[in-house]
Amino acid sequence: MSKLTRESFRVLTEDAKQALAASGKIPSVLICAGTGCIAGGSMKIYENLKKECEARGLPVYVGLKHDNEEEKSLHIKMSGCHGFCEMGPLVHIEPMGIMYIHVKPEDCHEILEKTVLTGEIIERLVYTRDGVAYPRQQDIPFYKKQHRVVLANCGTSDAEDVQEYIAKGGYGAFEKALFEMTDEEICKEITDSGLRGRGGGGFPAGRKWDGARRQNAEQKYIVCNGDEGDPGAFMDRSIMEGNPHSVIEGMMIAGVATGATEGYIYVRAEYPLAVDRLRTAIAKAEELGLLGEDIMGSGFSFHLHINRGAGAFVCGEGSALTASIEGKRGMPRVKPPRTIEHGLWAMPTVLNNVETFANVPGIITNGAAWYRSIGTEKSPGTKTFALTGNVVNTGLVEVPMGTTLREVIFDIGGGIPDGKKFKAVQIGGPSGGCLTEEHLDMPMDFDSLKRAGAIIGSGGLVVMDEDTCMAEVARFFMHFTQNESCGKCTPCREGTKRMLEILERIVKNEGTLEDLDMLESLSDTITDTALCGLGQTACKPVMSTLRHFREDYLHHVVDHHCPICNGRKRRLEIQPDLCKGCGKCAKNCPMEAISGQIRGVFHIDNEKCIHCGACWGACPFGAIDAIEEE
Amino acid sequence: METTQQILSRFAQDRAQLIAILQEIQTQKNYLSQEDMTTVAEYLDISVSAVYSVATFYENFSLEPKGKHIIKVCDGTACHVRKSQPIFDALHDYLGLTGKRKTSEDGMFTLETVACLGACGLAPAMTIDGEVHPKMNPDLAIAELDKIREKEAAK
Repeated sequence: MSKLTRESFRVLTEDAKQALAASGKIPSVLICAGTGCIAGGSMKIYENLKKECEARGLPVYVGLKHDNEEEKSLHIKMSGCHGFCEMGPLVHIEPMGIMYIHVKPEDCHEILEKTVLTGEIIERLVYTRDGVAYPRQQDIPFYKKQHRVVLANCGTSDAEDVQEYIAKGGYGAFEKALFEMTDEEICKEITDSGLRGRGGGGFPAGRKWDGARRQNAEQKYIVCNGDEGDPGAFMDRSIMEGNPHSVIEGMMIAGVATGATEGYIYVRAEYPLAVDRLRTAIAKAEELGLLGEDIMGSGFSFHLHINRGAGAFVCGEGSALTASIEGKRGMPRVKPPRTIEHGLWAMPTVLNNVETFANVPGIITNGAAWYRSIGTEKSPGTKTFALTGNVVNTGLVEVPMGTTLREVIFDIGGGIPDGKKFKAVQIGGPSGGCLTEEHLDMPMDFDSLKRAGAIIGSGGLVVMDEDTCMAEVARFFMHFTQNESCGKCTPCREGTKRMLEILERIVKNEGTLEDLDMLESLSDTITDTALCGLGQTACKPVMSTLRHFREDYLHHVVDHHCPICNGRKRRLEIQPDLCKGCGKCAKNCPMEAISGQIRGVFHIDNEKCIHCGACWGACPFGAIDAIEEE
Repeated sequence: METTQQILSRFAQDRAQLIAILQEIQTQKNYLSQEDMTTVAEYLDISVSAVYSVATFYENFSLEPKGKHIIKVCDGTACHVRKSQPIFDALHDYLGLTGKRKTSEDGMFTLETVACLGACGLAPAMTIDGEVHPKMNPDLAIAELDKIREKEAAK
């Protein structure tokens, strides 16, 4: 293949666009190939559908349509995550825009015969809510309120097809940045757009880029943080799986803007599919000449590498991540100097999150003003959230910044299952806090959430219903943080251990009121003195649950009985008419809570009783009753 | 299976390759032996302690042989609130594991937890040898293990 030039890239784009337009004329079936739907069996659906077509003699194409294809044919695409994971495996049929849910491999015959060939809708595969059927994807309430920018191509494109990405304008932003803009102009455009880091901190991306641009160094690096370790978050995974080229293009633009020629994508080890898709995408971009030396004859060179994480949450922290790429223990270091001055191999480095990079091509193509028209003034653009936990529609949701929690959880998410009551939502994972009923109508953006004691974090939203004890949730997060503490600084290493011990004691109903004070005091110390962001935010779940759900803790430490964790309170009583006064119960009681005279009637002191049931087992006359209290 | 030397020959003699090399050895041999770590140290011209420090830092590396099939029960937040702990407990009992032992007596299964597979929409989830099993409960999880036992017995 001859070397790619700007002219030949334009020809390539035009060809791809025509092929895409031509493909729109024949039906196509998009099968979701995100991790979720694959686990539900979507690969089998893909294979079955292909077989069905073969049996019928219907030509099948997997790439974009080309001129020599017959009129009667079908496109089958493995697409990125559609986001509606709860309803998977999902199958989407174009041009009708039909979406089928919970599809099984044996449904393929019917889908082909009825829907694809005659346009008939198969009712049992259609999503229904409150008695209304929604055959078309765009009408489904889950999608209707979303505004998909970053996820626009996820679920509508074949993630592995670079031609389709190009046909939809892909790499056009890179071309524009490379030939029509100076490095300063690119940084200014990103700054003007107000794009803030989507990984948690919310630092203005343009300022970061400009900072790295001003550095004088022989080598600079672009690093993409795909170490999405927050339990309950999978936005970045879905972007890497569903639209890998957008991340690559964003990184390339950052390269042009800062003068970096090497890029690294650090992906969690738990995301094997994302690694595969990125590898394929990089290989295809290299093959076309979009990555490599002297790209399109511009003199600009850019190379991309993938690093797989090895299972350490702390590597999501910038300086730990760069240490890990260097082949070292992933431990954060003291800052300053900041990563833009002293990053990977001590060189100036731009480190952004997956979603941040995926936002960049759109900003360069459509301009900062367009980006600012979405979202709020201080937090422009959209944010993807992973909506999970006790919610009807779990899945991936992209909404403009400033959307309220109520809209996300109730309108899009469909509310709480089984008629239970909403209790709280944990936002931002183990570094975030919980929000309650009173926050439901607060707009979600970087600043409002910060004021409420939470963070947007990477965007995990774990919904919890009334059956969730928040003291237990705090214990869960502390267990996670303690386990993942890298051990470098004392406040985090020792402090989280002590806090976990206290929380475990509390959950076991063995805590005291002083323990709550101790938790607060330890939280303050760790927050003020830990070395890195993860340590400094490790206590947020404890602090916010103590603030909003103190009663859950009080059940454990004052009543020594939590109605959620331990069920309804029970009281053991001896029935006087059945008791023969043998005294076996008193002998077996570990707490010496039973008293009485032999041949008299025995009595249980409920202040001392721990409800172990030893007396119940020992009584030969069945005289002991457990009475549920109101 | 490749020898350690064969694996090493595919990587540059660069310290930055350390994690990738250890990952490859872990994948193929399912643990990192002392000999392997020494060989890697010599190849990269770094101290054995430097290799050991990295091998012990990351969760994915094991210094002891693991079972033939690796089960990971997700204990991310979403799975936790949809009751993943009872699944882990049931498998733990089923495999007769006690204390810190993670591998069953017959060397067939290793039981681990994982902090979020990112398959939260399918919670509670677990993986067997990397394959995701969605919407589990204790009975379904045990049934999956039984299936593997049957297959192994038929071999």
